[in-house]
Amino acid sequence: MNVTEVGIEARQRWMGLLARAPSARLAALFEAAGEAPAHDWLRVPETGGVMLRGRAGGTGAAFNMGEMTVTRCALRLESGEVGHGYVQGRDKAHAERAALVDALMQGPRASAMRAAVIEPLAEAEAASRRERAAKAAATKVEFFTMVRGED
Amino acid sequence: MYVAVKGGERAIDAAHEWLAEERRGDPKVPELSLAQIREQMSLAVNRVMAEGSLYDPDLAALAIKQARGDLIEAIFLIRAYRTTLPRIGHSRPVETSDMRCDRRISATFKDAPGGQVLGPTFDYTHRLLDFELAAEGAAPVAQTGEPQQASTPRITDFLNRDGLIQDEAHGDATPPDMTRQPMEYPADRPLRLQALTRGDEGFVLGMAYSTQRGYGRNHPFVGELRIGAVEVEMEIPELGFDICIGEVTLTECETVNQFMGSKTEPAQFTRGYGLVFGQTERKAISMALVDRALRWQELGEENVGAPAQDEEFVLAHSDNIQATGFLEHIKLPHYVDFQSELELVRKMRRGAQGSMKEAAE
Amino acid sequence: MRDDALSGGFADTPVEAARAFRAALEAMARPGSIHAVSGAAAPEPLSVAAAVLLLTLCDRETPLYLAPGHDTEALRNWLAFHVGAPLVGPREAMFAIGGWDALAPHDAYAIGTAEYPDRSVTLIVERTELSNAGTRLTGPGIETEAHLSLPETEAFQRNARRFPLGWDCYFTCGDRLAALPRTTRTEAL
Repeated sequence: MNVTEVGIEARQRWMGLLARAPSARLAALFEAAGEAPAHDWLRVPETGGVMLRGRAGGTGAAFNMGEMTVTRCALRLESGEVGHGYVQGRDKAHAERAALVDALMQGPRASAMRAAVIEPLAEAEAASRRERAAKAAATKVEFFTMVRGED
Repeated sequence: MYVAVKGGERAIDAAHEWLAEERRGDPKVPELSLAQIREQMSLAVNRVMAEGSLYDPDLAALAIKQARGDLIEAIFLIRAYRTTLPRIGHSRPVETSDMRCDRRISATFKDAPGGQVLGPTFDYTHRLLDFELAAEGAAPVAQTGEPQQASTPRITDFLNRDGLIQDEAHGDATPPDMTRQPMEYPADRPLRLQALTRGDEGFVLGMAYSTQRGYGRNHPFVGELRIGAVEVEMEIPELGFDICIGEVTLTECETVNQFMGSKTEPAQFTRGYGLVFGQTERKAISMALVDRALRWQELGEENVGAPAQDEEFVLAHSDNIQATGFLEHIKLPHYVDFQSELELVRKMRRGAQGSMKEAAE
Repeated sequence: MRDDALSGGFADTPVEAARAFRAALEAMARPGSIHAVSGAAAPEPLSVAAAVLLLTLCDRETPLYLAPGHDTEALRNWLAFHVGAPLVGPREAMFAIGGWDALAPHDAYAIGTAEYPDRSVTLIVERTELSNAGTRLTGPGIETEAHLSLPETEAFQRNARRFPLGWDCYFTCGDRLAALPRTTRTEAL
């Protein structure tokens, strides 16, 4: 693993996309992207809870809100790259695919993975966010003045 | 005398089998799928996640199905499951200012930047039963508009700029966690907020309503209510940086409350805060009112003895799983306890009859 | 973080952690008894037994103190991935690990409160030798008497006098471990 080479920000972006992706969509894209490489487990997939925190008044002191389910794993490819998967929910196959993509994104298959998995996930997410924002926009109130008192 | 008895096992097995059959209902009616519950009973799913204190819509749907729609029973199932999860860590405090809002309204500023966005609300329905829903029809399609590009600023930030509202002290202290340490009173505000966000909706609503009716009145306006998705970020020690681990829908309510000022504070507005899993606005507004009522001490207000000002009363009774556990246990066998009570009453009656007889003689 | 920090955890967590927990429990329940454990490989100087205990008993909610000698970067990295415990000073620690002298002063650790005597530290003491010889142990969990090669006796006597407050100890040496809870009485022979 060499974080500086791949750039932390770029890695944060793809790990976030992999975490938020619907499991079935990631599975379909990953399968279409070629053969999954062999790997050793550094941490077998495990499901646990992450305590979510908020802030009083949105900006004040932190408080615990409740947990969300998260599944994580870590693996090493035969070529040496280490991939980490942290995904929302309880799907162990999702975490494994996320870790495989994370590892492949650090090796020679990076550009192929980016084109076949990461960018399609980003586009699908942006499209669904746009669609929701468009529905919200339709419910925005446009006030207009009916009568204005003159005295 | 203590009598140990056996024999309920077969009856319990049979009860469980009948429960399973009743849960399924008439087999000629198609069985509900978890996806149907998750998509079409989504507000029930949200309530189970909020009070079960675990964000996982598929699990909440399963719990609702298993509990035959009894939401407190479903919450119980989620709480029990939650205890089996290893705690992987905690998130960074969520940035609700970055929320992608489905709904965002303010009752205090008509022309709030970002606008009044109604979202999928019941507010303007006529509450007339819609018999068309009784028949299957085509899936409805929502209208669309031009999506807003800019983020939605926080309403209280405007008031804060003029110093008209009390500031929230930013803090990075590790908050107490009632799921790890037993509750201790007095509780600080982070602990109160944790208890309220997982508290029973009906109880928190009732407490909030009592403040509106005069038991600890605090003159609230809904400064802002927003519902939408926020990303959850967490620091990953083995990576040495933060990553996004998912996305949750939250409801946030901030009330603006009148405050007359005290010896140390000028007259200004104060705040109550609600933040709840899912689309759960009744709960979030209630939480904000109760949060504000419980802040009487730090704001130098008078304790008028209202139930909603009594921290221990509110926090100790807001949890429906604790409450139902204690309440429902009294229907389970108490044969021995009752036997001793029975004997005591008989003895007292014998004593009383004896002295009455003596008095008559 | 170097990749060797990422290996050396349990391969089959549920089974190995359950076995290790049973050994840890037995050791504490029967003070002086010695148990062999396996499944962990941490960077030097952490012994196998100490690594197994940390994997089994610690997580992100158990503040851990690394005494001098154990406070190495390699070990910190290994712990960050496999255990996740926040590293703290002696006073805040729920677990502390190191040699007996490195852990000194032994009065610096949490011994619990009257309401919550469990809010106290568990010391994991790394030893170069561990055998059923030396200090005589008596008390709960010991039918008649047991013997254990303790680094000293006086500190344990002082600790036992504070009961129900006090700390509890594991001793680790290679792949073997033993324990001494605060309830055990110790006598030098």
